[in-house]
Amino acid sequence: MNDEHRTLSGIPVDPVYGEAPLPGDFPYTRGIHPGMYRDRHWTMRMFAGFGTATDTNGRFRELLRSGGTGLSTAFDMPTLMGRDSDHPLSLGEVGRGGVAVDTVEDMAGLFADIDLGAVTTSMTINGPAPILLAMYVVVAEEGGVERARLAGTLQNDILKEYQAQKEYLFPPRPSVRLVTDTIRFTAAEMPHWNPVSVSGYHIREAGSTAAQELAFTLANGFAYVEAAVAAGLAVDEFAPRLSFFFNSHSDFFEEVGKFRAARRIWARWLRDRYGATDERSLKLRFHTQTAGVSLTAQQPEVNIARVALQALAGVLGGTQSLHTDAYDEAHALPTEDAARIALRTQQVIAHETGVTGVADPLGGSTYVEWMTDELERRAEEVFSRLEDEGAGSILEGVLAGIDSGWFMREIAESAYRFEREVNAGERIIVGVNAFTEGDEGRAGRLLRIDQDTEDLQRKRLDAVRRARDDGAVRTALERVAAGAAQPDVNLLPALVEAARARASVGEVVDVLEGVFGTYVETVVV
Amino acid sequence: MRPRADDRAPAGLLAAARGGERRAAARLLTIVEHGGPAAEEVAEATHPLSGGAHVVGITGAPGSGKSTLVGVLATRLTEAGGRPAVVAVDPSSPLTGGAILGDRVRMEAATAAGAFIRSVATRGHGGGLALSVPGSVRVLDACGFDPIVVETVGVGQVEVDVAAAADTTVVVVTPGWGDAVQANKAGLLEVADLFVVNKDDRPGADDARRDLELMLDLSEVSGSAGDDRPAVLSTTATAGDGVDRVLAAVEDHHRRLAAGRGLVERRARRYDAEVRARLGHLLEDAVGHLLTGEPAGGRSSETPVAAARRLAGRLLAGGEHG
Amino acid sequence: MAGTPIRVVLAKLGLDGHDRGLKVVARILRDAGMEVVYLGLRQTTDTIVDAVEQEDADVVGISMHNAGHLTLAPLIVCALAEAGLDDVPVVIGGIVPEEDRGELAAAGVAAVLGPGASAAEVVASVRAVLGADAPTS
Ligand SMILES: Nc1nc2c(ncn2[C@@H]2O[C@H](COP(=O)(O)OP(=O)(O)OP(=O)(O)O)[C@@H](O)[C@H]2O)c(=O)[nH]1
Ligand SMILES: [Mg+2]
Repeated sequence: MNDEHRTLSGIPVDPVYGEAPLPGDFPYTRGIHPGMYRDRHWTMRMFAGFGTATDTNGRFRELLRSGGTGLSTAFDMPTLMGRDSDHPLSLGEVGRGGVAVDTVEDMAGLFADIDLGAVTTSMTINGPAPILLAMYVVVAEEGGVERARLAGTLQNDILKEYQAQKEYLFPPRPSVRLVTDTIRFTAAEMPHWNPVSVSGYHIREAGSTAAQELAFTLANGFAYVEAAVAAGLAVDEFAPRLSFFFNSHSDFFEEVGKFRAARRIWARWLRDRYGATDERSLKLRFHTQTAGVSLTAQQPEVNIARVALQALAGVLGGTQSLHTDAYDEAHALPTEDAARIALRTQQVIAHETGVTGVADPLGGSTYVEWMTDELERRAEEVFSRLEDEGAGSILEGVLAGIDSGWFMREIAESAYRFEREVNAGERIIVGVNAFTEGDEGRAGRLLRIDQDTEDLQRKRLDAVRRARDDGAVRTALERVAAGAAQPDVNLLPALVEAARARASVGEVVDVLEGVFGTYVETVVV
Repeated sequence: MRPRADDRAPAGLLAAARGGERRAAARLLTIVEHGGPAAEEVAEATHPLSGGAHVVGITGAPGSGKSTLVGVLATRLTEAGGRPAVVAVDPSSPLTGGAILGDRVRMEAATAAGAFIRSVATRGHGGGLALSVPGSVRVLDACGFDPIVVETVGVGQVEVDVAAAADTTVVVVTPGWGDAVQANKAGLLEVADLFVVNKDDRPGADDARRDLELMLDLSEVSGSAGDDRPAVLSTTATAGDGVDRVLAAVEDHHRRLAAGRGLVERRARRYDAEVRARLGHLLEDAVGHLLTGEPAGGRSSETPVAAARRLAGRLLAGGEHG
Repeated sequence: MAGTPIRVVLAKLGLDGHDRGLKVVARILRDAGMEVVYLGLRQTTDTIVDAVEQEDADVVGISMHNAGHLTLAPLIVCALAEAGLDDVPVVIGGIVPEEDRGELAAAGVAAVLGPGASAAEVVASVRAVLGADAPTS
């Protein structure tokens, strides 16, 4: 544990206050490590990704030069949706908001001159996640780094796509199978890889309450556990590698209670329900991002205050890593200045406020403990409902809830209720429905991606297509199709071969679509 | 109605619509949905031109997959060179009169293939349809669309009104349907010309099929079934599986109707049902008018029953017009 | 008889799945007595034009979050005009920077609703582009 900590007045403080169970003790309500931030600050993770692979590679290398070790990749919308840059629906979206990856050549460009054995890479992608992982493996191996040495995280949380973010490619069941294939593959061959980051963030952004975010996200986590166990894995083989991703919104103590409840629920369920015995399986690790939806277009500078408070809630809730939003994001992509202020906000919390000196400083507060219990109780109600729906299986319950539109209806109800409360003035949003004077100064500069990126990326794709061995691509794609048709085959090896043959993301997705079909959402307005 | 740049009279619209102008057909549907003198004008004009199209009603519990099925049907029909039209009904909010019509979402492929799809709100009408639906069907028929597929509102129980508006009625059920429609099974048997067990990919589909066949057996024994025992077909509408057989069965049903007296009888039934619905609507208006002249709380010496009888007398004597 | 409800086609253009705003707007318009033909995510100019035509929509609302409004909004306006539907006003919603509004207006977009538009503003703007009276409350 770290040396001593003093307040600004010079008063020495203990690393933790209160009775057992303390931070680091089951069920980890108060945190997963005894020392928490005294031992190590949370990771200040900021997203990078724009334009072509070369553009993003430049940012990556700069990040590494300034001492960073974690790379976080945002992909553009066509990549996220499994479409190539030359697909008609990709028009106007190539390289915007993230990097365009069509083939393994783009992936190679993205990580050019970076030692993949020495960095950790987080990839925010879901539907085509196994395809992108396969490309990453190929880039590493072609560069002489074995896959077993690769460390990183794939978001790969498809269930919340149906519930909230809507970036799905195939129907739910085959999609869950792809997630399970990834879990099996990484458990066997990539021991340092986190195959799924179970994400409540997008559920919350779609309009859910904190209680719903907690319940739905953990239910999805249980669903993946059940799916992987059904595929023949022992729970302790993969559960330590599951991680979570939560939103931090504005209702301060509710957020703190949510993070604490999440840890407790996970620990109890994994131990008691799924029989995990490895302590690492029981410890819920999570990344936090401040609430993008809470940012206002009116008086955007006020967002700096919102983000700071939300970030503080994440830290007091014991997050392992944190992304703070830039204040101008309600308008468009963040500008560099705004992104810097967002990072500085985290640094102020870490170095100036003193909150890192004591683990779970809010533990023992009657209100916070009550809130934690109450959110856990509400989540348990949801789990019971899903178990009933799924005849004892959370996985089946979640699939049924997707199929019937239950999740989407619950989220839409909450979003609309919130909107009505704001409109009726029952909820105050500063600068929006109260204290509105002084809104003249809108956020000034906006980052725009120029149209050339799109043409450039199409040319790159074209060049790869012309240079590759079409016969090899055909053979590889046939193998993908054959594997897809057999539910107990792990698709990852075939995807790795397809990546190696320079098949594009869109080509692989098309082949899989041919076997799995497509999905039209259950519309719940 | 709101003034529009396109304010052609019904006759002009009809001519254009019959010439293939889709927007004109859409305008006619708006007029019919709105009601009033212009709608009657459209009815006059389309009545003699209609009767050729096969009208297929699709009903079933909410979320049973009606729209998905209709979408695939319309796609296949269009691809085979047909000119299908779809009327998809969703409920209006009783509080505000507004509605969210979401059936098109599942019919995107049909739209892309060129099918004509119209979303309709019930606007306060019960029974799973809007009052205007028969009029809309007539417009589409007169414009040369054939077949015309009507998807009812999915309500808690299967709505049977559609049978009186269609030549062929398809009832969509799903695994586990038995519990949901317990009370209305008899009504179902009466109206269904064809059962589709959708979501065949789900567990329990076999049970649902068996359950249906058993019910049909029982009703045959008791003699309550008609001459034609409805077929029970299975589909996975989301994958398009089994839909071709549904299409064949629907067409076959139509052929059999046309070969005998069936079609004539159904058309007569459709006519009567529309007259009845319209009459009910007119009476409701007339009752509203009558009551506006009455003092609140009635007259001191008169019982409510006597008051109703007196007013009915005035209505029947033709003293009031709706 | 009450007038025919205003009919609005609502659609999302672009590959992203941000439909929270579109859904909230659908409910706001329904609760204001309008009939909303909801097309949902990932529509194309073709599906939107077909729907506007067949549904005889009075107005079409398009939600965009992909920063592609300057490319896509004019495409929609043109496609509607080509189909002879230029009397149907187009309202754009989503993340549209203030500085782009002029260009959108010049391209024929009837109104733009930014993030944070209130329910009353949403309803008023639909009524306004139809030349109907603004709501009283
Ligand atoms: N598993 C499965 N799901 C299906 C099938 N057909 C439809 N669905 C799903 O069932 C849900 C409802 O489908 P719809 O076609 O909207 O059902 P509907 O009967 O038109 O619904 P309402 O109009 O709301 O009454 C959707 O999520 C469909 O994807 C099927 O064959 N199998
Ligand atoms: Mg439907």
